[in-house]
Order: sequence, then C-alpha cells, then structure tokens
Amino acid sequence: PCPPLSPPPSAPLQDIRNTVGNIPMEWYQDFPHIGYDLEGKRIYKPIRNKDELDMFLEKMENPDYWRTVQDKMTGADIKLTDEQVDLVHRLQKGQFGDVHFNPYEPAVDFFTHEVMIHPVTNRPVDKRSFIPSLIEKEKVSKLVHAIKMGWIKPRKPKDDTPTYYDLWAHEDPNSILGRHKMHVPAPKMKLPGHEESYNPPPEYLLSEEEKLAWEQQEPAERKLNFVPQQYRCLRAVPAYSRFIHERFERCLDLYLCPRQRKMRVNVDPEDLIPKLPKPRDLQPFPTTQALVYRGHTSLVRCISISPSGQWLVSGSDDCTVRFWEVCTARCMKTLPVGGVVKSVAWNPNPTICLVAICVEQSVLLVNPCLGDKLLYGATDQLLESYVAPEEERVQPVQWVTATMEEHGKGVRLVVQHSKAVKQVTWHGKGDYFASVVSDNSNMQVLIHQTSKRWSQNPFRKSKGLVQCVLFHPIRPYFFVATQRYVRVYNLLKQELTKKLMTNCKWVSSMAIHPGGDNVICGSYDSKLAWFDLDLSTRPYQLLRHHKKALRGVAFHKHYPLFASGSDDGTVIVCHGMVYNDLLQNPLLVPVKVLKGHVLTLDLGILDVLFHPTQPWVFSSGADGTVRLYT
Amino acid sequence: AVTRRLCILKGIYPHEPKHKKKVNKGSTAARTFYLLKDIKFLLHEPIVNKFREYKVFVRKLRKAYGKSEWSTVDRLKDNKPSYKLDHIVKERYPTFIDALRDLDDALSMCFLFSTFPRTGKCHVQTIQLCRRLAVEFLNYVIASRSLRKVFLSIKGIYYQAEVLGQPVTWITPYTFAHDHPTDVDYRVMATFTEFYTTLLGFVNFRLYHSLNLLYPPKIDVQADVELKPAEGKEYAMDSESYLEKLSALSASLARVVAPTHEDDVEMDEFPVEGETAEQMDARKKEQEALEKHKKLFEGLRFFLNREVPREPLAFIIRCFGGQVSWDKSLCIGATYDVSDPSITHQIVDRPRVEQQVVGRYYLQPQWVFDSVNAKLCLPMADYFPGVLLPPHLSPFVTEQEGDYIPPEKLKLLAMQRGENPDEESEEEDEEEEEEEDDNDKEEEEEEDESEKEEEMKLKKMEEQKTQSNKALPVKVTAGKLRLEDRQRVEQEQQSEEKRLAIMMMKKREKYLYKKIMFGKKRKVREANKLAAKRKAHDTAVKEEKKKSKKARRA
Repeated sequence: PCPPLSPPPSAPLQDIRNTVGNIPMEWYQDFPHIGYDLEGKRIYKPIRNKDELDMFLEKMENPDYWRTVQDKMTGADIKLTDEQVDLVHRLQKGQFGDVHFNPYEPAVDFFTHEVMIHPVTNRPVDKRSFIPSLIEKEKVSKLVHAIKMGWIKPRKPKDDTPTYYDLWAHEDPNSILGRHKMHVPAPKMKLPGHEESYNPPPEYLLSEEEKLAWEQQEPAERKLNFVPQQYRCLRAVPAYSRFIHERFERCLDLYLCPRQRKMRVNVDPEDLIPKLPKPRDLQPFPTTQALVYRGHTSLVRCISISPSGQWLVSGSDDCTVRFWEVCTARCMKTLPVGGVVKSVAWNPNPTICLVAICVEQSVLLVNPCLGDKLLYGATDQLLESYVAPEEERVQPVQWVTATMEEHGKGVRLVVQHSKAVKQVTWHGKGDYFASVVSDNSNMQVLIHQTSKRWSQNPFRKSKGLVQCVLFHPIRPYFFVATQRYVRVYNLLKQELTKKLMTNCKWVSSMAIHPGGDNVICGSYDSKLAWFDLDLSTRPYQLLRHHKKALRGVAFHKHYPLFASGSDDGTVIVCHGMVYNDLLQNPLLVPVKVLKGHVLTLDLGILDVLFHPTQPWVFSSGADGTVRLYT
Repeated sequence: AVTRRLCILKGIYPHEPKHKKKVNKGSTAARTFYLLKDIKFLLHEPIVNKFREYKVFVRKLRKAYGKSEWSTVDRLKDNKPSYKLDHIVKERYPTFIDALRDLDDALSMCFLFSTFPRTGKCHVQTIQLCRRLAVEFLNYVIASRSLRKVFLSIKGIYYQAEVLGQPVTWITPYTFAHDHPTDVDYRVMATFTEFYTTLLGFVNFRLYHSLNLLYPPKIDVQADVELKPAEGKEYAMDSESYLEKLSALSASLARVVAPTHEDDVEMDEFPVEGETAEQMDARKKEQEALEKHKKLFEGLRFFLNREVPREPLAFIIRCFGGQVSWDKSLCIGATYDVSDPSITHQIVDRPRVEQQVVGRYYLQPQWVFDSVNAKLCLPMADYFPGVLLPPHLSPFVTEQEGDYIPPEKLKLLAMQRGENPDEESEEEDEEEEEEEDDNDKEEEEEEDESEKEEEMKLKKMEEQKTQSNKALPVKVTAGKLRLEDRQRVEQEQQSEEKRLAIMMMKKREKYLYKKIMFGKKRKVREANKLAAKRKAHDTAVKEEKKKSKKARRA
C-alpha cells in the first residue's frame, strides 16, 4: 500500500525510470546493469567503492545519512524529502498515509434506521410468508410417526463406568492357544534388597569414593540405579524423583524388549573337572627336587646323559661344557670350547663313549674319558682305526682330526661346517648323527657317519627353517621339524612319508616315544602337541599346560612319562601311557608340576631330559643350574 | 502409533532372531524384530476396526468443528465409538491364575496413576478408575488378610500379598506431588493403564466373589451405622463419600452371605501319597505360623497421629486384624478419638510427644513394618519416639549360603527361633562373624600357603643336603620332630590333584569353569567387603561412645 516513491526533483531532467517491472531485483545481481530505461538503454549500477570506513565516516559526517535510502530499482541513493519522512513516521505508527484522511467520520447508514411510511420496494407479500410450510409439516409428521412407532428414542444418558463380570467363569482348556505355550512371560521386577531401605544397615551406604565411582559410571552400567540413603525417620523421606521414570522404563521393557528363553548353565563347577586317574596310582614319577648341579655361570642351554645314566653333560653360554656325575652332583670335568654351546648329545650306544658338541660352526666329537677305562679306550681305538679312502669325495663339511692339545682335553674329531650349527642328534645305533645348520638353503640338515668320517646332505630343496631333527629309534625314519610342520622321511626309500601339522605357530622342540609311534612337539606359543603317527597327521591332543613358551620336551625311555620345560620356570611331568592295543587311545594325565628354577632374563627352563633308567628328570635353566627331580 | 497400542494391548513383544545378520540384510545395526506370525495375529484383532472407526470419528469431529456445526458435534460426541478390552484380557490370560501372576505391574501402575493430579497428563476418568480399583484391591487384601511383607524403600512402599497362593508384589509412591518428567511418553503409560484397569477390574470382581463379598464393594451396614454418628454432619455428596469411605479402609465390607462363623472349619487332612510324616508336620507348622501371622495385631487398638502416612499404616494394621483410627479432621472414617482410653498403641513420628497418656505405647511407624516382616510383635524399646531406629531390613532378601547377612538379620532370625535376644547373643554374633571372616581369608590364602610350604620344604631339604655335603665333621644337632599334619598334607595333595585335573580340561569347559569360579570369588569378595565395612562402622561407633562417656565423666 505504500505509494511509489516519487523520483527526486532533478528527475525530470534525466528520467532514469527502470522498465523491468515488478520483479525480484536479485535477478540482476550478477550483471553490471540493473535494468533498462525508457529508451531501452541499460541503466548501470552506480559505482559503489566505499569500504566500511568510508561508510562509517559518511555516517558520522553526512547529516542526511539517516534519510538516505537506496532505490532498489535504479540502485541510486535517494535522499528522502520531509514529506516522505513524515509518511514513513505515520505508517510506522499505524496511522493512515494520507494526512487529510479522517478515519472517524460519522457513519451513514445505507438504509436509514428510521421507519418510513413507504416500503422500499413495492412488491406484494408472498402467500407462503403467512401460511405454514408444507415441507416442514411433512418433516414433523414423519418425526412424530417415527416417535410413535418407537423408531426414535430419547437419548439415554451414557454410562461410562466399565462393567465387570466373572470373566473366568468358564475356563475351558480349549481356549489355551498354541501361543500361550510359546509365550514367554515377562520376568518380574527385581525385588528390593537391604540397600534400598529408607534406613539401611550402615554397611550398605556408599562411602565417598564409591559414590564418586557411582556418579562416573554410565547409568546403564550402574549396579544400583539409586544411591542408598539413610533417613532418621519416616517423616523425613522425600518422594523418589525417578518413580515415574522407572515405571515408564518398565513399560518400555514390557513391550519393546525381545524376550528369549535363555538356558542358564547350571552346572556344578566340580562336575566340569574331568575325572582322571589319581597321580598316586600312576607312580613312579619325579616328585621332589633332589640335586642341584651348580657350576655354570651363564644359562645352560642343553644337557645330555650317558646311556648308562651315570654321567651328565651340560653345555652353557659361558663357553664351557661340564661333565657331572649324576648321583653326587659333582662336576667331573670342565671343557672350555671357546664358543656358545648350542647342543650336546651323548652317543646312545653304550659301547661307545662319545659326546657330540655344537660349538659355533663346528661339531666336536669329544671323548669325555669318564667311566670304564676299557670303554673309552675302545672308543679311541675305534676312532683311530679309520682309514682314509683312496679317492677323496666331495663333502659338504670338513672332517678334521683334533690337534694334540685338543686331544689332551678329549676332543677327537672336529666336523667343520660352513655355518653355525644349531643342533646335533645321534642315531640310535651310535654311528650316524645329524646336525642342523642355521641356514636358509638346502644345506640345513646334514647326516654324518662317524666311522667313515663321511657326511651327506639328504635334501635337495629347503622346506623352511628347520628347528630340530630326530632319528626314529627303531625304523629308518628321520623327523625334521620346521616352524609349523614336522616332516617324516623314510631314509631307505628316500621319500617323504608323512607331514604332521602341529597347529602351532613355531615349533621349538620335539621328542619321540621309544615305541616310535608317538611324537610330542613343544612350541613357543606354549602348546604341546601329541601326535599319534598311526592315527592322523594332526595332533591327537594339544596340551596347554604351560603359561609361557615351551623350550624342551622329553620322553622317558622305559616309563610312560614325558616332561616339558617352559619359560615359566616349571617342568610339568605327564603320564603318557601308550597301549599296544591299537584301538585304545593313549592316556595323557599330568601328574606333577615341578618348580625350582629361578627366572632370569625372562627365561626359565631351557632343556629337560629323563634319566635313561630311573624315573628322574633333569632340567637345565637360565639361572645356570641343572636340577634333578626324583 | 496404532501398532504400538495394539502391541501393548495384545502383549506382543519383539523377538531376537536366531541369525541377526541374515535377517537384517547383512547389517548388524540394532533393530527390533517381530515375528510375522505375531503381526498377522494382530491384524485379526476385531479392535483394529474400532480403532479405524475412532479415526473416522475424529476426522468427522474436526470437520464439524471447522464448519461450526455444533449440533453435528453434539451428535458425533454422543455416538463416540468405544471399545472394550474384555476379550483381550480373556485371550491373554486364559485362566485366572495366569492373570494373578501378571498382576504386579498392573497394580503398581494403578497405584501410580491414582496419585496423579486431576489435571493434565491423563483423563480424569482414568485416574478415578485407577483409584477405585486400587482401593477395592486394598479392601480385598484386608478382607482376606493376605498381606505378607511390607518394605519401606527410598523409592516407595513395597507390599507383597499372597493371593490364592500367588505372590503379588506392588509398589506405591510416597504421597507427594509428582514433578512430571518431560522425557516420559505418557501415551504409552496410558495405553498400559487402559489394559491394566480392565484386567484389575475383572480380577477384583473374581476375588471379591471368591470371598463372598459384594462387588462393587459395599460397606457393612453395621459399620456404616457406626460410622454415621462419628461423621456428625453432611460431609459430601453420597456418590463421592462412598469412595472416600471405602478408601478410609476402616470399615469391613458387606458379604453376600452373612458371615456365620468367624473361625474357619478345621482343615481336613488328606495325607498325600509319598509324603512323610515330617513333611506333614512341617506343613502343619507352617500353616499354624501363617494363622498366627494373620492375627498379629488382633486385639490391639492403634491411633495414628496426623504426621504419619495414614493410608499405608491403616491398611497394614487392618490387614493383621488390628483396629485403627485417626484424627477426625484428617480423614473420614475415624472410629475413635485420641482420648479413647482403650488405645494400646499410638503411632507417632515426632522427636517428642507432649501430653503422654498413660496406658499406651508411643511408637514410630517403623515398628509396624518391622513387626509384620518379623511375624511377631517386636520389643518396643527400640522404636520409642526420638530413639535412633534400628535399620529397616528388606523382607524380600533370602540369604543363601555364603551371602553376607547383616547382624540385625541374624538377631531377628534368632528371635524368630525363640531365643531371647540378650547381649550375649550379640557378642556371639560378632564372634561368629569374625570367625566367618577368618575362614574366608584362610580359604583364599590356602593355595598360596601350600605352594609356599612346598618350596620351604624343598629349601630345607636342600639346605640339609648341602650341609651334609659340605661339612662332614659338624656335630649332629638334635632333629626336630616334624609334626606331620596329615589332614593338611592330604588337603594339599587333593588341591594339587585338582589343579592338575583343571589343566587337562577342554578349552571351552575351562573357560566356563573359570567364569563360574570368578563369579563365586566375586560374591565372596563383596560379602567380605560389606562385613569389613560393618566392622569399621561398629568400632567407630564404639569409640565414639567411649569418648562421650569420658567426656561425661570429665
């Protein structure tokens, strides 16, 4: 309703009226012009290059700033005249725009309220205006008839109160639907305990820290959804502010919570424990620590025992090999070898007194000169009786006879390998032995023959990092343990017979049952796998007895015992009965946990070994001791 | 919204699918799943049509309002479609016992709604109906004397009644104005209440008839006559005063058949096969105890002071056969005055009472609650006005073996067994507690000890050996006789066997076993913690007492 602003007085001179019409002026936002004048020429937007400061200065300096507005149509600044300002004021006050308009003029009726003597129109009155309506009469008569006939009844006052009756008067079993059998009734609300009382025993009140902990917990995690409080009398108990909330939550639970029948495991924990034969009935087995062999200054990596069971050899990181008498724990001999001893192995043949020792890149064959003089003399003779073959054969290793000085210490032969040797193990007959070289090529495993001083490389290809090797005690089989598998080779046929999956991450050690049909593998992921070679290539049982990595496993020669030593400093002796009957599975029962070694450098027990005849077990540990448990 | 209401009314709840990912098209987001069968079941409900009619009605009404056709509005309002939930109640609870089992929530809800103000939140009719039904139920409980347990919690008052052999528990809020929370959807609650009122109405009807009472309840004419003079003058309109009189809970109800004999006929005994005499005896004893419990306040006349919550106390006292009255100006239905000399107990909740009348006990309200829970009238000395009250224990807790039992409960149990609660017993209790503690600790330490001992033995042996090895010419010291504790050794052996056997458990079983053992240990730990707290508190209290005594002397 606002009248268009008349152009300023100077307008007639240059009439810049915009011809674009009543359109949103934003359409011209991006153009340099703002419309077209009467002649169809563009009206350009006035140049506006005032910044904030200029605007401010103008605001402060220009006295007419307040009455300057921008014409939207032309973009020009217009100074409002006094009349226009007045108009704006009036409109703001809600008055009429025109000064001269009087809104309170006396009203003039269109028809005068005074009754005139003459009618306005001269039309005669209708007949229907003075006789009763027929249609209405008809309607009324209809209603009257309906009332007479009883079709229409007066409204009854409505009774809102619900009526109750004996709903369960006839309880028929047929009305129990199938649904009811499926129905899971909502569990009832938990009944309140002592802590909810208004005056609970003092021990149920929360202490300060408990209260703090309660406040910091998530509301869903809290064990109690309220803070227990004590009031001195019933009068002091206030209303519970979350009462409606709790009822509402219960409602939500009732109709939004999935219901499910959960079978609670209701077992007596004692029933879960398997019924095993009592260890007492499985005797003999080592039970107590009997002897400690002290002498080594560093960790004892490996031990081995003479076939007679009288002597024990141990190799340590202090670059010595010590020979002990088993029964007295006396160190009979110390042999400095000038390197870390990785493995020692006593020749299992009772007629030969020879120990193989791995020192760095060589395997030393040492005659310890202990025991029967005839015996070790015979061994020396046997070694000296070697006659070099006529033609030199190319060998992967070098056989060197010991120098005189070494000979004096007992070293007889040195088998020099190209790389460091990890392990050495004898064949049961005592002539062959195998050594494992830490290498990645096919030269990892070498088999040597002592009597002929001859070595051979059995494998053409490397199948992974070999951890340890073993000869089968009876048959011509050869076990090679890589990180995850144990391969069984037939040496006669020169073929792979079996590949055992250990289900472990990294095999550390391996031992074979004297019967030859069962193998145990210890691994660094603290598992011990028992294989029954006749049964399958997967472990018959995985035993997780130790808490830390296993480093050594051993079988007893005669008794149904096996032991495992681990980094947690314990030796666990298990009863492992293998039956001759093929149908009966081996019986594995742990019988004793032996402790004694002190953990050093996070290492516990590095090797375990059984006495060949007695039910005794030796363990060598990182604390520089060898211990005997009987 | 219609589906939601239907689900609530018909009691349909979501189900957890067996294979969540498969059902949810691969996603594992949390969603609610209903069985298709359930939804189809909902569609067959005749009430769906009523809901539709109601929708149409609302539409028509809005239109009429918009056109200002007031006569149409009146007509529409008169013919407002209504629906009944009777058949749903019957369908959900095919037998009466089923309905009783689900009564907990219904009662709690009705009691809550009956305390709502008459404005806002929900319809006035609903509130009135809830109030009526709740009062009717209370009257039934009084008439049948089936209240068993009451508990004053900080949330409200819990009641447990045994209705036809079913325990029914409900909670009522303390009588204060609610500050209505904003994050609660009252429509959901209203829908629940709609169903619950229907259910409760039918249950009430059936219950009243099972006791040969009139339904809707009428106040006994005799009692009514007695009441009349007490009222004095016209109090309110008849229709209003009816409910109020009823809710005063002071009058007995009219019976369909006039009560002939108060005492029930002796129960005939039917020896059930396979039941030994001992069991029979135990049952009989239980029955007798129950009868005795029901008549706990028989012959006692109570008077409630005005600061005491009238309704719960009147309800409880009447439930156990006591007579109760209150100030005339407090509520309708007062039967006798403060000055009545026959009053035996006056319930007071003020630190001090002026103008004590001789011949009656002044007690705090907790005495009533504790007595009901203990099933005997407790000694009143602990409950005199102004006295520090003994803790109020929850009657709903049944301690199992190994749980923590507060000493007050022990005392109470002793009292129930008939021993007189002297100070000796108190001391005994304490001693017992201590013993218990010691036992627990021992159990915990046992394992460690056994291991330690083994080590010690080994060490000793080593030492002996080394000594014998090293120093041969050493004199022989007299050997100490080692007392071989056989039991100890056996126990050790057994525990070791157990440990070895545990090693051989399968992975899953081991996990389960560890979980169970963890739970057990936690329980023991919690119990120990409570006991320790109690002990600390007791010692603190004792020291304070001593100090105050000294201060008094000095």
